[in-house]
Amino acid sequence: MSQNGTGSQAGPRSQAGSGPAILVEHLTKSFGEVHALRGIDLSVPRGTVLGVLGPNGAGKTTAVRILTTLLRPDGGRAVVEGHDVVREASAVRRSIGLSGQSAAIQIELTGRENLEIIGRLYHLSRRDSRARAVELLEQFDLTDAADRPAKGFSGGMQRRLDLAASLVGRPQVLFLDEPTTGLDPRSRLGMWDIIRSLVAGGTTLLLTTQYLDEADELANEIVVIDRGLVIAAGTSAELKGRVGGDVLEFTVPDRSRLADAVRTVAKLSDGEPHVEDGTGVVSVGVGGSGSEALVQAVRALDEAGVETSGLGLRRPSLDDVFLALTGHAAEEEDLGGKRRRGRHKATETVERASL
Amino acid sequence: MTAIAVSPPRDSPSLPTQARWAVTDTLTIARRNLLVWARVPAYIVFTVVQPVIFVLMFRYVFGGAIHVPVKGGYVNFLLPGIIAQTAAFASFGTAIALAQELQKGVIDRLRSMPMARSAVLAGRLVADTGRMTVTILVVVGVGYAVGFRFENGALPAIAMIVLAIVFGISICLIAAFTGLAIGDEESVQAFGLIWLFPLTFLSSAFVPIYTMPGWLQAFANNQPVTFVVNTMRALALGGPIEPNLWKSLAWLAGIFIVFAPLAVRAYKRAA
Repeated sequence: MSQNGTGSQAGPRSQAGSGPAILVEHLTKSFGEVHALRGIDLSVPRGTVLGVLGPNGAGKTTAVRILTTLLRPDGGRAVVEGHDVVREASAVRRSIGLSGQSAAIQIELTGRENLEIIGRLYHLSRRDSRARAVELLEQFDLTDAADRPAKGFSGGMQRRLDLAASLVGRPQVLFLDEPTTGLDPRSRLGMWDIIRSLVAGGTTLLLTTQYLDEADELANEIVVIDRGLVIAAGTSAELKGRVGGDVLEFTVPDRSRLADAVRTVAKLSDGEPHVEDGTGVVSVGVGGSGSEALVQAVRALDEAGVETSGLGLRRPSLDDVFLALTGHAAEEEDLGGKRRRGRHKATETVERASL
Repeated sequence: MTAIAVSPPRDSPSLPTQARWAVTDTLTIARRNLLVWARVPAYIVFTVVQPVIFVLMFRYVFGGAIHVPVKGGYVNFLLPGIIAQTAAFASFGTAIALAQELQKGVIDRLRSMPMARSAVLAGRLVADTGRMTVTILVVVGVGYAVGFRFENGALPAIAMIVLAIVFGISICLIAAFTGLAIGDEESVQAFGLIWLFPLTFLSSAFVPIYTMPGWLQAFANNQPVTFVVNTMRALALGGPIEPNLWKSLAWLAGIFIVFAPLAVRAYKRAA
């Protein structure tokens, strides 16, 4: 992000000493019977990216809404840039930017008008609002479309405009609630690039996502939230370490041999093999033994007479981590605890496969 | 020099600054809303063409069958009624727009910004008042073209329009509350039809109440739209104003006292 565009004065950005940009202590929030947050703790150092990872209904959005002063917590404490989100809400609002799950822009208005109006609402002068809009349109590659109504923008462009709007006030702390949900893969990569450049400019970022690769790609630290609780925290590498080394993965084209394949590789590992429902991909953690396990697997499967394709070792993904931590996959849960399980313990699937 | 100094101030802004922001933010939001309105042809058609069609339809289709003891005939009786209804129907725009903004997350964004808390609602009402005023003037113009005349002088005529606008704002307040409380565009629209159509038609707006069955008269004679329309009619055409004026003002004050806090609360809690 260009902190020094058009002669702008960035000035000293930290105003509350050297504490973390975001500090959350035992935050709770319930909606009637639904306990959205059951006591979470977070700490985000200045200039870093925290990825908040969890399935739908885990409590991610509730946490963001409390941190951005939209919702009052029931208990606990949240501090953003040294200001309490309840008692000093207006000071918090001067430090933050928010981009939510949908593009919160006025689609009847042009990209430029959207940004200029936001600038005026940040109490910039008319001229400064205009200059800031030009700057952001440029930065977000929207200059060519600037004077067309946002209605005609692609989904990716609308989200870029929305993100631009959240930056008009030059926030020190930016909250992005599932910034790439619903975007096509190309727009998603474009959004990642933009987010990386913001972080390079020194903005502190809290990012929620249900995409494991997204947190992996963008975040310095990751917390995994499930049903209102932080169930794991650490760097991407640390979390992957929880799975214990590499993952052996392959598919069995002949589904009737799936059970044999699972039984065979189960002998090679302490971990239990998982079979993905739709694709029939078998994966199993093989610890530190890596290539040795690969050779054994090839040999054992060959002896068992099971044909496989795409057999190989890979570094564990956060998907594996989530599975290891919760026993269920990340993207399969509805609010209220109703659960459609995407993955089953391999044994169950095998039973069905052999019927 | 184009210094864009956005570094947030350390302290809270002073009270005079906050008061100034409350006004400028309201005007910014109002300007934005009017801009949106002007961009969407369908909105203009709904807000302007629909009341004009009502004027023409009642004047020429039903008017011949409705006899009223009023100087100038049915068209003079009709116009204050249509204007009151037009003012009330402006509230559809209020409710729908707020519900849309809520759904799209626009209200979340605005509430997370350091702007005046009152500005979103106040700006909405200012814009809707402007929109309503334009529509009312169009209806008066069309009324004049089809035979309506103010029979009581210019000042009472202006007072009639002002009363219609204040009445419209009170209905917009109710709509702002329902729009934010319900929060779903289609439901909000359906809900508006359910209470606004009966309320405006079961009144003295289109026909003399004595032509209705007795049980309906009991309702029509005692509801706010009738008081407001009767006052407007007296202002436009002459005749006794007082009892209806006081009852109108009492109802309007009551609506403001109840629904202004409700709308503000719904905005603060909007989720």
